[in-house]
Amino acid sequence: MTKTQVQLRVNGRTHELWVGTNRLLLDALHDDLGMADVRYGCGEGVCGTCTILLDGEPVSACLLFAVQVEGREITTLTGLPAADAESHPIQDCFLQAGAAQCGFCTPGMMLTALALVERTERPTREDIRYELVGNLCRCTGYTKIVDAVEEYACRRRGNGSHD
Amino acid sequence: MTGAFEYQLADSWEEAVELHRIWGEDGKILAGGQSLVPMLNLRLVQPAGLIDINPIGAVEPRVADDRLVLSALTRHQDLLRSPLVREHCPILAEGAAQIGNVRVRARGTVGGSMCHADPSGEIPCMVLALDGQLIAHSPRGQRVIDAERFLRSYLTTDLAEDELLTEIRLPIRKHGQGWAFLETVRRYSDFATVEVAATATLSSDAHTVTALRVVVGGVADRPLILSDELLSAAVGGTGRDDELRAVGAAAAATVSPESDVHASADYRRRLTEVLTYRALGKAIERGRAESKGAGV
Ligand SMILES: Cc1cc2nc3c(=O)[nH]c(=O)nc-3n(C[C@H](O)[C@H](O)[C@H](O)COP(=O)(O)OP(=O)(O)OC[C@H]3O[C@@H](n4cnc5c(N)ncnc54)[C@H](O)[C@@H]3O)c2cc1C
Ligand code: FES
Ligand code: FES
Repeated sequence: MTKTQVQLRVNGRTHELWVGTNRLLLDALHDDLGMADVRYGCGEGVCGTCTILLDGEPVSACLLFAVQVEGREITTLTGLPAADAESHPIQDCFLQAGAAQCGFCTPGMMLTALALVERTERPTREDIRYELVGNLCRCTGYTKIVDAVEEYACRRRGNGSHD
Repeated sequence: MTGAFEYQLADSWEEAVELHRIWGEDGKILAGGQSLVPMLNLRLVQPAGLIDINPIGAVEPRVADDRLVLSALTRHQDLLRSPLVREHCPILAEGAAQIGNVRVRARGTVGGSMCHADPSGEIPCMVLALDGQLIAHSPRGQRVIDAERFLRSYLTTDLAEDELLTEIRLPIRKHGQGWAFLETVRRYSDFATVEVAATATLSSDAHTVTALRVVVGGVADRPLILSDELLSAAVGGTGRDDELRAVGAAAAATVSPESDVHASADYRRRLTEVLTYRALGKAIERGRAESKGAGV
């Protein structure tokens, strides 16, 4: 099949690549650009392991074609930490809460949670569960993930502990 | 990975109609891709051409001639975020909040949901409950289709092969009108097992129920409108518990759902009864608050 040149803006950098028109954004990110944090789980929009932020909104990279997102801003987990930091505060919260076991779901969880807290300063546990319902975790049982997101929202509001 | 296809961008509805005509049955329209791309990934469909209508962009929801006008490309989450939708067709926000997950709502469109015509879809159920109209465009011109006619059967609409859905028009809420959208799911984010969309209009003294409209989804090949005869147990009444229960029981007696891996026919019938009863109660309560001017 003929290939098309596309420019993808990922984590603040522009990448040029040649893709077939049927190249899923997920495959372009994971296979062509080597981003191990964007993952194939189901290919049907259900599991959330391929979650990326598209202009700040969580979307399934398995349901978009690479040719569709030229000129859009894509953020993956590796794009989160500030240039001079080793980790992003949400990663610290996940680590401290023990919210990751095998870690397969973790990048998608964190990106979805980040978008929630961006919009909702003070999410309830119910809000967090509602927002994360499309991110499946086969290890943790979710409780510690909700703890971690709650803690992150709290820190972002600027008081180090729950109120 | 999907099969190979040619990718075509449409920047306007005119262009989309023209590309759609050229490709004929070998072409598929790509809107939010939340139903089509899973099918492409599973190779359940293998179109030769994919016509991406996303570049057209959605015009913001607006009100014209007492109707809320939605572009077919309005995304589910726009229904949640638009103050105009919440004011004039609040049921849409209540139902859209129950569609899929946050990623589905970010991309999925109201037009795509109508065209996909899943019998458990929230959008078709609500558009039918509001007695909406669908605007279709083809090389032959424009056609206005009532929701009842548009939704024909499982994944089947009244659109002709050369027609595109461009707009949805919904009568705005009248004074004293309440609403409710309720569904039961096995897991949040799944398609509804059974869903009910209801509107209730109250007299100006907030005493009497003057009109009801109820649509049940997930119990047939398309969402079902409950007949006037069936609703007569509660229309003209005061919204008493026994009146609403009678409608619920009558609704359950008229549907003949099928059993599948998600739910037995009996369970779906029971859900029809309970959800109809509860949706009526909620819609009447809100209608009452509205006509008293108390807001909700
Ligand atoms: C994990 C998951 C969970 C979901 N859960 C739900 C749920 O609970 N409830 C629910 O209702 N939906 C659910 N969906 C489906 C979702 O709502 C879809 O967005 C919707 O059904 C289709 O809209 P779309 O814009 O994505 O359309 P697409 O997938 O792009 O298209 C669907 C079909 O409609 C055609 N089409 C699209 N737009 C037009 C148009 N303007 N004119 C003519 N033809 C057109 C396409 O060619 C295609 O055949 C879910 C999807 C996923 C992936
Ligand atoms: S791989 Fe995209 S949602 Fe599962
Ligand atoms: S930590 Fe293993 S799937 Fe979530």
